[in-house]
Amino acid sequence: MPLLEVDRLQTHFRTPDGVNRAVDGVSFHIDKGETLAVVGESGCGKSVTAMSIMRLIAEPPGRSAGEIRFEGKDLLKLSEKEMRKIRGDDISMIFQEPMTSLNPVLKVGRQIGESLRLHQGLGRAAAEDKAVEMLRLVGIPEPKRRAGEYPHQLSGGMRQRVMIAMALACSPKLLIADEPTTALDVTIQAQILDLMRDLKQRVGAAILIITHDLGVVAEVADRVVVMYAGRKVEEAPVNDLFADPKHPYTRGLLGAVPKLGSSLDGEAERLAEIPGIVPSLKKKIEGCVFASRCPDAEDVCRQFAPALEEKAPAHLAACHFSNRDAAEAAA
Amino acid sequence: MIAGDQASPEDVEKIRAGLGLDRPYLIRFFEWVGQILSGDLGTSIFTNMPVTTMIAQRVEPTLSLMIVTLIIAVGVAVPMGVVAAWKADTWVDRSAMAFAVFGFSTPVFVVGYLIAYVFALKLGWFPVQGYKPISAGVGPWIQSLILPSVTLALVYIALIARITRAAMLDVLGQDYIRTAKAKGVGQRRILFVHGLKNAAVPIVTVIGIGVALLIGGAVVTESVFAIPGLGRLVVDAILRRDYPVIQGVVLLFSFVYVLVNLAVDLVYVWVDPRIRY
Repeated sequence: MPLLEVDRLQTHFRTPDGVNRAVDGVSFHIDKGETLAVVGESGCGKSVTAMSIMRLIAEPPGRSAGEIRFEGKDLLKLSEKEMRKIRGDDISMIFQEPMTSLNPVLKVGRQIGESLRLHQGLGRAAAEDKAVEMLRLVGIPEPKRRAGEYPHQLSGGMRQRVMIAMALACSPKLLIADEPTTALDVTIQAQILDLMRDLKQRVGAAILIITHDLGVVAEVADRVVVMYAGRKVEEAPVNDLFADPKHPYTRGLLGAVPKLGSSLDGEAERLAEIPGIVPSLKKKIEGCVFASRCPDAEDVCRQFAPALEEKAPAHLAACHFSNRDAAEAAA
Repeated sequence: MIAGDQASPEDVEKIRAGLGLDRPYLIRFFEWVGQILSGDLGTSIFTNMPVTTMIAQRVEPTLSLMIVTLIIAVGVAVPMGVVAAWKADTWVDRSAMAFAVFGFSTPVFVVGYLIAYVFALKLGWFPVQGYKPISAGVGPWIQSLILPSVTLALVYIALIARITRAAMLDVLGQDYIRTAKAKGVGQRRILFVHGLKNAAVPIVTVIGIGVALLIGGAVVTESVFAIPGLGRLVVDAILRRDYPVIQGVVLLFSFVYVLVNLAVDLVYVWVDPRIRY
């Protein structure tokens, strides 16, 4: 049994001008100890998916339907109290903004210790000791002194390390990282990714990493889910995805990655972009969600939504033409 | 004026000299400051008693009134504001805020007479008016203070509750509250540990500023409930044109206000580690 199974998850928000289908029927699973990346551009529903798993969507206006089975239990059916026991203990989360995600008026040691006291019933002193140990584990020098400091006394990279320490304090089975490196310097990004990979091995947690950075995906992920307009359009093991993307959106994403030094060799090539914008999620979309921006769209795409099909072993994509296109691209 | 309508010019001259009014005002001002620094606020024109003695006799009721009011107000207003923010835009929030608007816009003397009528005259739970010193026992002391304090607290509750709600609404939308939820922290802890401490700076500020409100309100409340405190003293002194007493009490009130706001500034450091002096 997979650790987590997200089954036809729909998270909709009621807004004054209609229902926003932020996540519309997304399914995927994560095995024990696996790292799954969810990729897509801003507003495609990646973060909402993560928040739905944690049940952190405010209700109303939000509403999640479908099933999210964690070790067989449907999280959407749990009471708030049962869910609270899982948050921070079995499943924990790292957020994008290390600068604002730590409570500014509480010492970091106490913030890390809090989940230990909540979930493992440690006393104040024991939690404090464990917090210092966690700080050491995430590579913060002088952990004892740092534990007694407030977030504003730490740099962005250190704060993200604190967030990781906090998330891993109770040895979760699943760590959800929502754009964990986006707000950091490139050098710090690499360090944080290394740290996550290292700790994952030690703690044995599965990771769901949400990012729009394909560099990060290549670096850490085992498998990738590509989301577009609230749906999953492609899913594949990471190497297959990079080697042979089946969905035109994925190809667009890969084409939009700047190559190092590309502007240096002679004529500066214009960075490939995906024309157009993501369709409004408030209207019902007829046909393929990507049809309005797809370079290869034909009439059939605008009329019928393509089903997710297994185009290659373990490689799913929702496109009418993916195999043909791939063949043409190869020719 | 002091000597009366029939005073002869010589009498007036004598009183002027006795009060030192024939000397230049600068010299008189510095003499007055010097006296204050040595703890002498002058002598009442009406009773001929030292102003410090008169104030000392009246301090206890006013201080009791203000402290009990403060405790009631903060004790009610902060939880009310926090809950209103948590349940924002529900009927709980709306009724709390309606109550706050009502409390803020009803004059103290109206509320005073109203609750004195209901709880003292009709129900007889509390004395209608008067004050029992704390030396007469804590029970009677508190009992004599409940109605005036509640009266005075109402405006204050309204003010603090509104600010608490606004500050909490702001804080509850912050990322670190989401982090706390993601850690599995319970709702009450989120509100009172993670939320309130972050919202504390504006709340503490308004509590400090509100002390001015309290001083003004104390004067009216003491009149309504016949409490022999500083408020009554200063009202009587104004009616009698007893300037040394007026000056003394006003000076004391200003001093208290400055002191409270200094305390507020010091509390900032304690609630928000980012503030350093």
